[in-house]
Amino acid sequence: MGIKYDDIIIGGGHNGLTCAAYLARAGRKVLVLEKRHVLGGAAVTEEVFPGFKFSVCSYVVSLFRPHIIRDLDLARFGMQIIPLETAHSPLPGDKGLCRWSDADKTREEISRFSQCDAELYPQFGVEMGRMAHFVKEIIDSPAPDPASLNPLEILKTLKLGRRLLSRGRDFAWLHSKLLTMSSADFLDMWFESDVLKAPMSVSGIIGTYLGVRSPGTAYVLLHHYMGEIDGAFRSWGFSKGGTGQISVAIADAARHFGAEIKTSAGVFNIIVRNGKACGVALENGDEYYGSNIISGVDPHRTFIKLVGEEHLDSSFVSQIKRYKFRGSSGKVNFAVDRVPHFGRPDPSYKHLRGDIAISPSIEYLERAYDQAKYGEFSRRPYLNIVIPSLVDPTVAPPGKHVVSAFVQYAPYKIKEGAEHWPDKREEFGDAVTDTIEEFSPGFKESILYRQVLTPWDLEHEFGLTEGNIFHGELSLEQLLFLRPAPGWAHYKTPVKRLWMCASGTHPGGGVMGAPGYLAATSILKEGLL
Amino acid sequence: MPRPTPFHKRTSELCTSMLWKEWAGYYAVRSFDTCHEPEYYAFRHSAGLIDVTPLYKYEVYGPDAARFLSRIVVRNIEKLKVGRVTYCCWCDGNGKIIDDGTVSRLDDDYFRLTAALPTYYWLKRFQSGYDVTVEDSSERLAVLSLQGPYSRDILDSAVDADLRQLKFFGVLRTKLGSIDAWVSRTGYTGDLGYEIWVERDQALKLWDSLIEAGRPYQLMPCGLDAMDVTRVEAGFILNGVDYYSAPTCIIEARKSTPYEVGLGWTVNLKRGPFNGHKALREEKQNGSRWALVGLVLDWDEYEALFEAHGLPPHVNSAAWRTAVPVYDPDGEVQIGQATSGAWSPLLKKNLALASVYSEYSAAGTELQMEVTVEFSRRTVTAVVTETPFFNPERKRA
Ligand SMILES: Cc1cc2nc3c(=O)[nH]c(=O)nc-3n(C[C@H](O)[C@H](O)[C@H](O)COP(=O)(O)OP(=O)(O)OC[C@H]3O[C@@H](n4cnc5c(N)ncnc54)[C@H](O)[C@@H]3O)c2cc1C
Repeated sequence: MGIKYDDIIIGGGHNGLTCAAYLARAGRKVLVLEKRHVLGGAAVTEEVFPGFKFSVCSYVVSLFRPHIIRDLDLARFGMQIIPLETAHSPLPGDKGLCRWSDADKTREEISRFSQCDAELYPQFGVEMGRMAHFVKEIIDSPAPDPASLNPLEILKTLKLGRRLLSRGRDFAWLHSKLLTMSSADFLDMWFESDVLKAPMSVSGIIGTYLGVRSPGTAYVLLHHYMGEIDGAFRSWGFSKGGTGQISVAIADAARHFGAEIKTSAGVFNIIVRNGKACGVALENGDEYYGSNIISGVDPHRTFIKLVGEEHLDSSFVSQIKRYKFRGSSGKVNFAVDRVPHFGRPDPSYKHLRGDIAISPSIEYLERAYDQAKYGEFSRRPYLNIVIPSLVDPTVAPPGKHVVSAFVQYAPYKIKEGAEHWPDKREEFGDAVTDTIEEFSPGFKESILYRQVLTPWDLEHEFGLTEGNIFHGELSLEQLLFLRPAPGWAHYKTPVKRLWMCASGTHPGGGVMGAPGYLAATSILKEGLL
Repeated sequence: MPRPTPFHKRTSELCTSMLWKEWAGYYAVRSFDTCHEPEYYAFRHSAGLIDVTPLYKYEVYGPDAARFLSRIVVRNIEKLKVGRVTYCCWCDGNGKIIDDGTVSRLDDDYFRLTAALPTYYWLKRFQSGYDVTVEDSSERLAVLSLQGPYSRDILDSAVDADLRQLKFFGVLRTKLGSIDAWVSRTGYTGDLGYEIWVERDQALKLWDSLIEAGRPYQLMPCGLDAMDVTRVEAGFILNGVDYYSAPTCIIEARKSTPYEVGLGWTVNLKRGPFNGHKALREEKQNGSRWALVGLVLDWDEYEALFEAHGLPPHVNSAAWRTAVPVYDPDGEVQIGQATSGAWSPLLKKNLALASVYSEYSAAGTELQMEVTVEFSRRTVTAVVTETPFFNPERKRA
């Protein structure tokens, strides 16, 4: 193959595309190779059922970096985020608890369960906002490595520590609590009402194989408060046209800057010569050569499958093998002919213009986790539901709707063995349908079509090892300078000229574009052509 | 005390926030809910419906109507085709701008002019010698503006006419069920959108039929706060905010010319005399003192100002219109003022419209604009940027 590229990116997920756009913008010759027929990876929109556009995997965005939107002029390429207006927790036979952007209305709602909680709720928001602000800087820069002897790294770590202490001892104390406690315990320090705590605590367990009472989960709560729609610290949003529109916009920006993007171009292996990555071989036998090879797939896939253990030092291999995936979630998407009411007959559906959490109590969540611990999917799972068609009419035919349900727990390793997931797919789908029916009677009748994704499907269709939605658990021991392995958090790898740019690197998973951007920055800094 | 518009019965039921303001003597909704953002997003993602009845409206008809209007406004209205609308402004004898608005040619000798301020006296002043009738239709007509990517689908399902035929800045007469209406493809959001003009007693029927047609598309009633953000993104200026109507100014320095407020493109000099003609011709030759520009504030600098106080960056979700000083690139000499602005949730940019000395108006010029952070006055870099800041293809498609 004649052409030699400056940079070849494996995987057209939103991070790979972001990295490509920045590199192309810098004038480099960039090629993106995506295995599927569509771009976006887990940030994808597909018309699985005629007229209905499903955000097949990722369904809400919060952490997408606003500076990337500005740098790449993504609004011009069609990226538009619409904030979620509510957070509703339905309860069977009750109108449930809905939290609104109107603080007074929220106070009134929480007061039905606890007046103290209602009054404390905004204070909790301020406190979490303070901490999220502190953490935010970490997201926008490569993680400092405290174990490094590089004076620059030591300086960065010290600076971070100094900043932490400069916020006052209480703050540092709260921060260390947050690092070590479980999300449910952390919330117990503030609130008494289960109906409030349960939906709040779940943000600590999304994408992990942990329960709301597992230590360390409190930290992930912060992510909820880091949602940064407007550069100010705000919550989550829908991407107009589905989450895939984000990827489409980034891809268009990348092409605009001159990047070349190929779909249905699965990489079979990375060509390594003399310890240096120099190209890729596709599944169809084609080969492409480039000065830098950048992996936008997860660490396991990158090193064990595409590089091959023979090119790696054995201690690094065992670190990568120890890196935890443990997928624990699934996704069920419905096309429906009417809006489920979720406990409130209000025809304006104002309470459903945000997310809907099926998490009536901490006990409910713990029970759901108990089943997962023993290798079963939860019969009454935690669900995070959105109905994007209520705010974005582009995703469903007029009068019809899309109901998207993120499901936890669905452990990859079921006791029969992961390969038995396909036999359980519909049973799993039924557990989700039945759960929704319990909280919104009549739902079943409204279903026109159902798409069920088990962790097995996430692995086989989307290339997510063990179905982990974040390219590896976002648990404490796998964050910051430890992601994906100690010493390799700066997008570089032990293989020369091989880089990483996706969710398996700092700052991790979610549709935020940060790993892609930071990887591009590191590559440009080295300036290797 | 403000008066209700013909839509008040519906809007007052829906305006649970009780957020109203006065607009040209009418009650106008600021936002239906306590927070205007969903309404902003409706304009940009689905569609929004806003009562714009308070606009001043004048019907001008008679054999000399085209000639008469051409005498008053800076555009040559004789060239305007039937079924077309044009945006323009009009000036006093010194070429100082009085107001801006649209002129629609509804028939050969039938026009409609819209204005932000009462304009009847001004039209009457020039009437003698022309065979025209001027009617103030501000009270008689009720107007709704339907704006957003789905506005066409919604309106299409409600009207008889084929809207695909109605081009950007076109106008036609049609029926919505039993209601006679004029529909123009105009608006103040810089998006795909329409304005629907009916007799006052048809107002509620119009409202109900649009709400009904909009239901499958998540049409949302919207207020002025949401529209204010969209108009900044569209780079539209506002009389009384971004410039001042000449007759309202006590001092000369407050007055502006069309060239100075970015409306130079509406001025047709090569034709018979019109109000302000001579002065504008001279200005065109000699250059203008002022220019109206778009500014984009540097986000990193802005964020750093907050960070210095240990604060996360804060932007107001509402548009602002209290003028602040703009300085030269060194931040030393004041060279103008930013008159309105908004955080664009879509572009993730802090936008402003500003009047600056024309030598500082080239796109890319880095000026300094005043911002107040934690009670102290600071400046941030503001880059001169062409407007519209947001210009979706669907607007003209
Ligand atoms: C069900 C689900 C729900 C989620 N919900 C949310 C949410 O609501 N909000 C949120 O912020 N995040 C959510 N996430 C997480 C988020 O979607 C991911 O963290 C993010 O999209 C990952 O982006 P990426 O670019 O790093 O990787 P990916 O999107 O995984 O991209 C990797 C790409 O590489 C391709 N690929 C794999 N192997 C090869 C090969 N050999 N050759 C070529 N290409 C290859 C894949 O097809 C894929 O396109 C969710 C994820 C899932 C699965």
